[in-house]
This record gives sequence, C-alpha cells and structure tokens, in this order.
Amino acid sequence: MERKYLLGNEAIAHACIESGVDFVSGYPGTPSSEVIDTLRTRPDRTAYIEWSVNEKVALENALAAAWCGVRALCTMKHVGLNVAADPLMTSAYTGVTGGLVIMSADDPFAHSSQNEQDSRCYAHFARVPCLDPASVQEAHDMIPEAFLLSEELGLPVIFRPTTRICHSKGDVELGPAVTSTRKGEFHKNPRQYVVIPAHTRILHKKLNEKQPVIRKRLVEKGFNRFDVRGKTAIIASGIAASYVRELLPPGVSFMKIGAYPIDEAWLGDFVKKHEKVLVIEELAPEVEETVRQVAGCVPVFGKKNGYSPYEGELSPAAVAAMMEKAGFLKNNPFPQVSHVQDLPPRPPILCAGCLHRGAYFAIKKVFKDAIYPSDIGCYTLGLQLGVVDTCICMGASITVASGIAHSGDPRDVVCTIGDATFLHTGIQGLMNAVYNNANMTVVILDNRITAMTGHQPNPNTGATACGVETPAVSLDAICRACGVTFVETVDPYDITGTVNVLQEAKKRKGVKVVIARQMCVISARRAGVKRGRYMVDTEACTGCGTCVRFGCPAIEFSDEKACINDLCSGCSVCAQLCPVGAIGREGKK
Amino acid sequence: MSGSYDILIVGIGGQGTILASNILGEACLIENRHIRGAETHGMAQRGGSVESHIRIDGEFGPMIPPGHADLLISFDLLEAHRYSYFLKNDGKMVVNSHLVLPTSVYTQKLTAPLEVEIIAALKKHPLCLLDADSLAIETGSPLSANVVMLGAASNVMPLNPESLLDAVKRLVPKKTVEINVKAFETGRKAGGKF
Repeated sequence: MERKYLLGNEAIAHACIESGVDFVSGYPGTPSSEVIDTLRTRPDRTAYIEWSVNEKVALENALAAAWCGVRALCTMKHVGLNVAADPLMTSAYTGVTGGLVIMSADDPFAHSSQNEQDSRCYAHFARVPCLDPASVQEAHDMIPEAFLLSEELGLPVIFRPTTRICHSKGDVELGPAVTSTRKGEFHKNPRQYVVIPAHTRILHKKLNEKQPVIRKRLVEKGFNRFDVRGKTAIIASGIAASYVRELLPPGVSFMKIGAYPIDEAWLGDFVKKHEKVLVIEELAPEVEETVRQVAGCVPVFGKKNGYSPYEGELSPAAVAAMMEKAGFLKNNPFPQVSHVQDLPPRPPILCAGCLHRGAYFAIKKVFKDAIYPSDIGCYTLGLQLGVVDTCICMGASITVASGIAHSGDPRDVVCTIGDATFLHTGIQGLMNAVYNNANMTVVILDNRITAMTGHQPNPNTGATACGVETPAVSLDAICRACGVTFVETVDPYDITGTVNVLQEAKKRKGVKVVIARQMCVISARRAGVKRGRYMVDTEACTGCGTCVRFGCPAIEFSDEKACINDLCSGCSVCAQLCPVGAIGREGKK
Repeated sequence: MSGSYDILIVGIGGQGTILASNILGEACLIENRHIRGAETHGMAQRGGSVESHIRIDGEFGPMIPPGHADLLISFDLLEAHRYSYFLKNDGKMVVNSHLVLPTSVYTQKLTAPLEVEIIAALKKHPLCLLDADSLAIETGSPLSANVVMLGAASNVMPLNPESLLDAVKRLVPKKTVEINVKAFETGRKAGGKF
C-alpha cells in the first residue's frame, strides 16, 4: 500500500488502473477532465484511451467495449450526460458484459457550468446504480467496486463525484496497479444488442426485475450504512456527509448514503427508530424523497419544508446552519462573518494575447448593431467585451443564430464557436442553417485545442489523447461540405485582415463562415514560441484609453498614460489599435 | 469538531498556489499526517482570483469555514484583503507586498484601495509582509516566489521545516531544486517570528 496526496480526479484515475481498466473514453469538462488527463499521460499506460468528439460518441464507444467483455470507463461532466442520454437510457436495457463505469461529475454552485443538474436523477431515470462518494478516499475505493458491481449486475454504473470531490485533495491509500489480460471479443446476440420492439420489451422487463437485487447489493456492499446513537438522526450523502461528520453532536444517529437506489425496507427500519430525521444532500432531493416515502409519521426536515436549499453547494457553515435550524445543534460553531466590501472584482478573463480578443474586436467593429450568439469555452468570457449575447449549451451558438435569423429580427446575426465545440455538436447546426437558407455569419474561433478544460487535443489538433499523430480534420472542408460557399480563414492578430474579411461576409447573403485561426497563447508559450514584448512610448501616448478598453490584462493605465506589464505575449493587436502609433515592439523605435 | 490546522492560500491564477498546496501535502505525508485540500480549477484559472484550502490533520471535508483559518498565505496584497474574512480572530497572515490591480480597475474604472489602506486593515492580524517577488528574483528565479512565501510561513506552520524542505526538493522541477531551496531559506529568514 502506498499513500499519496492526490487530487480527487487523480485518485479516481489511479483506482481505474488498480481495477485493470481496458478502455477509456470521454469528453473534457470541468470538473471531470483530470481523470483522463492523468491516465493518458502515464508512461506505463496499457489501456486504450481516447478523447472522443462528444459524450454520446464516448459512451457508445465505451458501451461497445463493455459488450466485448472488457472493462470500460467513460468520463464527462454532468451536462455531458445530456448529450450521452440517448445511449445511456437504452444501455440499461442491453446491459453489459465487461464492467462499464460512467463517470458524470456534477458541479453544485455551477463553478464552471451552465446549470446545476444532478446526475443521480439520470441514474434513477435510467434505472441503473449510482455511486456518490463523500471523500477523495471513498471516490478511490468505490471505483473497483463499481466495476465489480457492473459486471455482477450486467448494468452500467454511474459514478457521480462533485466538484468538491474531483478538485479536493487528500492523503489517499492506493493499491497496486493491475495490468489487464482481458481481450475483447464480441459474441453476437441480437436479442440483447438489437433493440427492435420485440426484443426491447423483454429487455425492459428484465431491467425492472433487477431493481430489488440492486438495492439489496448496495446495502450489502456497505455503501449505505448507519450508526444508531440516539433518538434523532441525520441522513446525508456525498460531500455533505463529510461536513456532517465534522459537526455531528453526541447522541445523534447518522446514516451515510453513498449509493442509489436506496433499499426502502432497510431505510424504513432506520428512520422508524427515530423521533425526527434531518436529510442533508446537495441539489435534488433524491435521498429525501425516498426517506419521505418510508417515514410514516416520523417528521422529516429537508428541502421540501425549507430546511435545505435545492440549489448551490453546501459547506460546513451551511450544514451547521441547517442543523441549528432543525434543532440538531445547540451552538453553531460557524457564526456569520463579514466580508470586506467594495473591492474591485477579479473574475477570470481572456489571457493577455488571447486570439479571441482580437477576433471579438474585429467582429464588434464590423457588426456594430448585431446579435452575438456564442458558445461554451474560454471565449464565453467575451461576455465582458459585450460580444456574447447567448450561451446555453455545447454547439448552440449556430442553432440559436439561425433561429434568431429566421425569427424576423432585422439585425445581423454573428455567432462565435470554438473549434472543439464546433466538432462536438456544431456541425449539425451549420448543416441545418445552410439547408434552411439562414442569413448569418459564423466565426469559428480556432485555437487547435480544447483550451478551457486544460488543453486536451481534439480532431483538429493532429494528435490523439496519447500523443500519437493523426490526420487533423479540415474545418474549411467540413464547412464547404455542409454547403457553405463563403469560407475564409483569417489571423485574428491581423486586425485589418480580419476586419476586411468580416466586411466581405457582411455584404453577402446566406451562411458565411470565417475561421479565426491562431494558436492558444498558453499552448504557444509551452511550445516555446517567443514574440517580443510591446511597450508604450509615454511621450507619444495621448492617454486616449483605446488600448485599455481592449481589455487585455497586460495593459495598465497610470498617470494618464497607458503602460504594458510583463504579461504581454507580443500579439501586437494593441499596437495596431493605437491611433497615434505610441505602442511598439520592445527595443525597436 | 475538527482539530485541523487550517491554511488558506490565495492569489491570482498562474501564481503557483497549486504547487504550494502540493508541497504542504507532501510535507504532511513525510510526517505521516492526514491532510485535506480543495482548490480552484477550470474557468476560474484564467487570471481570476484563486483559493486553495488546506487542512493539516484534517479528516473530514476539505473546506475551511469562514472565520476558522489559522493562517492566510496570500500571493497578492489585494487578495489578502479580499479573503481576510476566512481568518480566526487570532489567525496569522503571510502576505506578498506586491499588488496586481485587477483589469476591472482599468476597463470599468473601479477604484481599488491604496496599498497603505490595505496594509493598515491587514494589521488587525499578526502579519508577515514581505516582497516575495524581489526576494525570488534575488535567489535566481521570479518563478520561486511561491516557495519564498512558504519559507516565510514555515516559521508559524505546525510542520517541521525539514519536512517542508524535503517536500520542496521532491516536487519542484529537477533543474530548479537549488534555486527553490535557496528561495525557501530566504523566505524563512525574511519571515522570522511574528
């Protein structure tokens, strides 16, 4: 046994190696990405590992591998499970032979997400088991069990850590790495793998018959457990269970839920031993609803009667407040504290030298009174520059743009989408827009990498997840194949060139595509690209503020003059914008 | 109640808070102690304000409740002010005197408090204020400012300085071990008891 200080996702990745995982697929998404990033960068990797183009593709690949009898892991963030919902729902019917663990990482408080949906509801909907760890160590320990359970029940298992598990750290006891000797083999069985109505009706019945077995096994496995200590009880799940343990007063019973579905008879026996029960869980009232079904006349405190919120993430202080309100805690050890008010905020912003800032500047210059649908990636930060009007889900910039264009609003519609997002679910929207004769401009912000989630390669990068060279797709050819005739590639560091092409696009009818291509500034730095820094000639600077309004973190303003700090990456855009030519490359006049 | 020693490390994305957290974690492993931590990843990294929670001897959740931190280590003066509510009344601070004004000050014309005002406010707590950026440059690399800060904090943390130094040696890139050892020692000397 070895003990290491690891990020939750690193511990999960290690547990997959201890389980001898054979096949790994997924799509990057915070807070899930580091699992595959850890696996793909290990020099001793033996499993097949891919970044897939989207979550549906990832899950179908992993499902097929599990049908062939090997152990498969598929990772994504919670909203990715919406994309993969189609194969998920029916994979519960077909079942699996090799273990299939679907990691869907939830993000209470939406730290880096568009919503706060709860993957436990998907498990409930699909009728598959769901494991919900309370700590980094438990996340690690659940993975081998998840594979065993999947194989024993013949069902995919959803593993649902949250941000505070994935991005927490702890000292973790690790087991030895296991190299699998399994070889995949597909056994033809149309009654299982061809879900025509005659087959699927039978499969659905079989899935329903498995449910009592699942409930019983989850209790036997010890994922759901309790300790009777008094007349009142707290039931908690996920990270909230760790917060409760920190605060649990003597004489209060405690039940920890780590797996679903919960065995109702077992739960009922516990609840009925108590005079009142408090349920503490993040997001949906998944535990609470089951508790209320079995509670009879035992009073239950939870979301449904206002003791706990449906939204946001919990914290030790929030849990203490709930326990105090429900009469489970006399002295709250975490009283309210006051924050320092009116400090200027420091939100995440586009990096100094980010290609997106130049592209957005040109878009705003050419399309002044336009509507700007956008998408999911670093470039959503263009909101701060006033060029992001909508963002709903992956790929929806193009479809929202065509919807607005067809709705009768006379303004120009210019949408922005990153290269990875375009390949994820953007292409269908583009094809649809062309097919239905929309008038709009699509700007593909092409930095050749999936930057926001930590620089994962995609089909546009020219390398696989494990760094093997692969043919890079041509965004230009894809757009032309969709029927777009105006497809131009520009360098967003060249403002004049970008503006000229956008003006040409503005004049034309139909769907126009402009590909704004430049390396991500972080990738460029890692690749050793060195451009000279820029500086302001303070004699020439008139203090007009044009460069400051560009919003680059390398540009500061003091004593009525602009100045450039050491974040400058040398993109040169500010020098192109300065109306008096006061900005130049360092060391040159 | 948890008997952990709670440290909050704050700064600006890219300043090396995660390496600092890893060094503390490794030092706990060396001393065979439990540790819990939580940090900011993803979208929040892009030049935004970042926080890393560390609970030495922690056995429960990773999050430090506001008003409960024993020590705040801040890589930026303004961020120290922003996160000071996490400290206990008698909690201590190790703060880099360098201040990076947020871009919002320039683009939205917001006002930031003056350095002297911030320092006066921070002095409610036992404070170790040092110019970690300059000290790091003196030791040979501006990138070692985070290790300078840990060196200064080593005077008050309940960890053996030898374990911390061992952790530094294990975790920094091989080529930079010498510079970082010097950075740690420089920080430790500059910090002193406070």
